[in-house]
Amino acid sequence: MKIGLQQTRSIGGNILVYLILILFGAFFAWPLIFAINNAFKPLNEIFLFPPKLWVQQPTLDNFQDLFVMMGKSRITFSRYIFNTVFITAAGTFGHIIIASMGAYVISKYKFPGSQLFFKIVIITLMFNGYVTQIPNFLVMNRLGWVDTFASVIIPAFAMPLGFFLLKQFMDTVPMTLIEAAKIDGAKELSIFWRIVMPTIKPAWLTVMVFSVNALWQTRASNFIFSEQLKTLPYALSQIVAGGVQRAGVGAAVTLFIMIVPLVVFISAQSNIIETMASSGIKE
Amino acid sequence: MENNRPKMDFKERFYWFKYDVKMSKTYYLFLLPYALVFITFMVLPVFISIFYSFTYYNVFEEAKFIGLQNYTNLLLGDDIFLRAVTNTLLMALITGPVGYLMAFIFAWFINGLPRFLRAFAVLVFYAPTISGAVYMIWSLIFAGDQYGYVNSLLRSFGITKEGGQPFYFLTTPEYMMPIILVVILWMSLGAGFLAFVAGLQTIDRSQYEAGYIDGIRNRWQELWFITLPNMKGMLLFGAVMAITQSFGVADVTEALCGFPSTDYAVHTIVNHLKDYGALRFEMGYASSIATILFLVMILCNRYIQKAIGRIGK
Repeated sequence: MKIGLQQTRSIGGNILVYLILILFGAFFAWPLIFAINNAFKPLNEIFLFPPKLWVQQPTLDNFQDLFVMMGKSRITFSRYIFNTVFITAAGTFGHIIIASMGAYVISKYKFPGSQLFFKIVIITLMFNGYVTQIPNFLVMNRLGWVDTFASVIIPAFAMPLGFFLLKQFMDTVPMTLIEAAKIDGAKELSIFWRIVMPTIKPAWLTVMVFSVNALWQTRASNFIFSEQLKTLPYALSQIVAGGVQRAGVGAAVTLFIMIVPLVVFISAQSNIIETMASSGIKE
Repeated sequence: MENNRPKMDFKERFYWFKYDVKMSKTYYLFLLPYALVFITFMVLPVFISIFYSFTYYNVFEEAKFIGLQNYTNLLLGDDIFLRAVTNTLLMALITGPVGYLMAFIFAWFINGLPRFLRAFAVLVFYAPTISGAVYMIWSLIFAGDQYGYVNSLLRSFGITKEGGQPFYFLTTPEYMMPIILVVILWMSLGAGFLAFVAGLQTIDRSQYEAGYIDGIRNRWQELWFITLPNMKGMLLFGAVMAITQSFGVADVTEALCGFPSTDYAVHTIVNHLKDYGALRFEMGYASSIATILFLVMILCNRYIQKAIGRIGK
């Protein structure tokens, strides 16, 4: 008798599984396909009746219009791009460094308060940005950070999801690796930098994806008021707010914002799966 | 830190505690940078919220202590808040569990696919979650004119409102909630889904083989007795992520139905919080809303942790 996966899988069941996946897959994919197609539709196709999913005569007009419009604005388009790229890069880099350092000692050593600290991190996993935004505004006010990049970048360092995933992945790294280096006389900092960081590369690549995803979409409109410090999604939302005549540009904008997190995700996908395998919360 | 020390009285314990702290100086230094930002921007806000929830505070003047007045106003005098609570609970009770189950079922089905299809399927299901503000596209799909995708589809079947009018999906209260629920579910798979996909791939094959010998005959038994018990940690992680998401709905309702939405039909607690905090600068009142939300989330976490402990028993 053959023993294996096939034994518990009926053919009828398999067909049903494929059907469900295809059906729901289409439901999940088609708004995105619609969004992508729209960005390449000339204006008369966007307002075609009845509307069509697939673009008939693809054009780059919408992107051209977007750049023309951005060129005319008081602050140049490149400034918004710079702001968002800077916030995303600085916030992600800083978060990965300090969260990895903390996660390393919490995972590998026991010291007074270490367990408690991690428990608190798990609870804060549930806090969404808005709940902390109001009190954070008051903190920023005290620190004098309102209307600076620091108000967006420094809080991004604290993302609990990143710390959590790094620590969980670090748990799977054998302690012997670290002890061996210690016997060779390596100091903690060099162990961390030369052994731990390269070993947990899948974890920080994953954290990078989550962090980039969050920061790339930051509007920061609650903490930043100067026009020259505003982010790309904020500038783009202002354009879209222009109404119907900007529908084409709006479609280009939508594609522009969605493409970066998608590309980052696709390029890191296998690392993400490897990292999430250690994401379980122990009871 | 040694765990096998003999029983000690308080003084001795304190001595060893000090000793442990001193010996762990390097570790504290490593943790310090993260701990500093984490405590300032994630932990402190909870206490600030609690503190200001007992005051009237508009940022420009000194905070004035007013006792429980914010809470009594909120719970007894603010009809819109009660509306927001009902809406949020409805959204959380539906999208939380359904989104969670969907994430697991899709991950489970995808796990049975051949390897080359798996990565593609994961991308298809996860893409809405990470492509940001792309949910804006739903406002075109449900647009209240003939260019709206759904309206034109219905029209081609001859379905219109009385007098040949298109349906105003995003401004008619009876349609708004179902549409928002669909959109939230569409983008709700989240980090939990990835955790499930990963978790399913790492379960030891030999456990399944042992299971078949022990008489497991179909995929449901396999799921309940082998797969799920092996994934408790991920299930809990996914649940935490699902709660975060389902209680944090705000951007979607604003983008699709406007702010405020017609008759506050899809007004959520976070919408209300943003209204008072970011627009009216009534920080005391906003803080009391935030405090209630913190409490609800923490209670939910407790309850779910217990529920997951029962799996496979």
